[in-house]
Amino acid sequence: MLDSEYDVVVVGAGPGGSATAKRCAELGLKTVMLEKRLSVGSEKRCGEGLSADAVEKLGQKIPRYCIMQDINGALVYAPSGKKITIDFGKTAGYILERKQYDKWLAEEAARAGVKVQAKTSVTGIRKENDFVKGVDAEFESEKFSINSKVVVAADGVESKVARWAGLNTTNKLVNIDSGFQYEMVDIEIEDPHKIILYFGNKYSPRGYLWIFPKGEDKANVGIGIGGAGGYGKTARQFLEEWIGTMPGLKKGSITEVNAGGIPVGGFLDNMVMNGLVIVGDAAHQVNPIHGGGMKEAAIAGKIAGEVIAEGIKAGDVSQKKLSKYNDLWWKERGNHLAKVQKLREVVEKMSDDDFNMLVDALSGEDLVDFTHGSIGKLAKILMKKPKLALLARHLL
Amino acid sequence: MSWSINREKCITCGGCVGTCPLAALELSNNHGLECDAKLCNLCGICERFCPVGAIRVEKEKK
Repeated sequence: MLDSEYDVVVVGAGPGGSATAKRCAELGLKTVMLEKRLSVGSEKRCGEGLSADAVEKLGQKIPRYCIMQDINGALVYAPSGKKITIDFGKTAGYILERKQYDKWLAEEAARAGVKVQAKTSVTGIRKENDFVKGVDAEFESEKFSINSKVVVAADGVESKVARWAGLNTTNKLVNIDSGFQYEMVDIEIEDPHKIILYFGNKYSPRGYLWIFPKGEDKANVGIGIGGAGGYGKTARQFLEEWIGTMPGLKKGSITEVNAGGIPVGGFLDNMVMNGLVIVGDAAHQVNPIHGGGMKEAAIAGKIAGEVIAEGIKAGDVSQKKLSKYNDLWWKERGNHLAKVQKLREVVEKMSDDDFNMLVDALSGEDLVDFTHGSIGKLAKILMKKPKLALLARHLL
Repeated sequence: MSWSINREKCITCGGCVGTCPLAALELSNNHGLECDAKLCNLCGICERFCPVGAIRVEKEKK
């Protein structure tokens, strides 16, 4: 079924893997993408939200069957219970069905010429003269090896490929959120076309709770909390306690249980080795303030594919040659995301009182700027309020 | 001195695998979450991270 030699082996068929593989194939490289799970896109570990801006930037023509709900804004609750409404008056994002979306992305990669295979685990990497030269893999109980010019580690938050190759990508625990989510049905949703966020240290220390509607009466209901722990409770316990206080949720049913680690910072200066490139969650390429990674993975994958193709065509896949990926990614995304990480670090230090004051001072529009990392503008607003000037100084 | 997993609680999300500084954890299709005792130094980071409280790390008491 699979050949024993490819130009590129992509490990992991999430949005990052598919984007990289597709670009490689489009640029004429013989590419294989291996997914260890029985089905591409399942089980999800994700709130499934994707902004309309991201879809446009990525140029994805997402089939309707991958989209569960159109989103036109957000409701944000401060610890005090005060609500800010953000209404864009038009579709600003989507809640996807990742089972469909990831599979569609992989299908698009396959149609571009990538060979895709599920239930195929990579068990080790092959190295020669300090160059990564392929992988050892397993399909059913059949063990085999694939030789390649470049291996792409798109193996998610539990990435091992890069570490096997000798690049330590272990993230600090303070940069990993512990996420837990129920997909629920037969619930009451305040506005089924808005994402709903709840802040407060009581139920979500160093994080937030979310309701991402997937229909009129169903949603992803989840929590992300700082992974360093020390709260005396797990993410799951916090979520269950909170749901217990929400009658409209408490009455519902659970159709899926999801959990996982969410990288929220710790961007890597170097994401390449001789014959190896890291993409997506494996490279911590996630927006640190909201924990969304699909867009970041797809952007990085496209860049990676182009750099890999250039290297292979030039007959040079050395770390030096591939490091163009580092440069391009940092220029396009890294510098911005590093700023967002700083913002997250400030937000995490805020007490519930700080948060309430902030929400009193901000409009929905300001809040949107805030999540985009526009720290300067935010600080200006805060400086006008004596009580918030101190907070503003933190931000600046 | 031990690392143990409660398989009834573990939902094989794999989040802990990425937190392990020694790459000692492995999530496989066939066996679920496993810890390589030769690599593990019982630092307890995975236990702190676990969203469902399925991992227990006990250090030797002296």
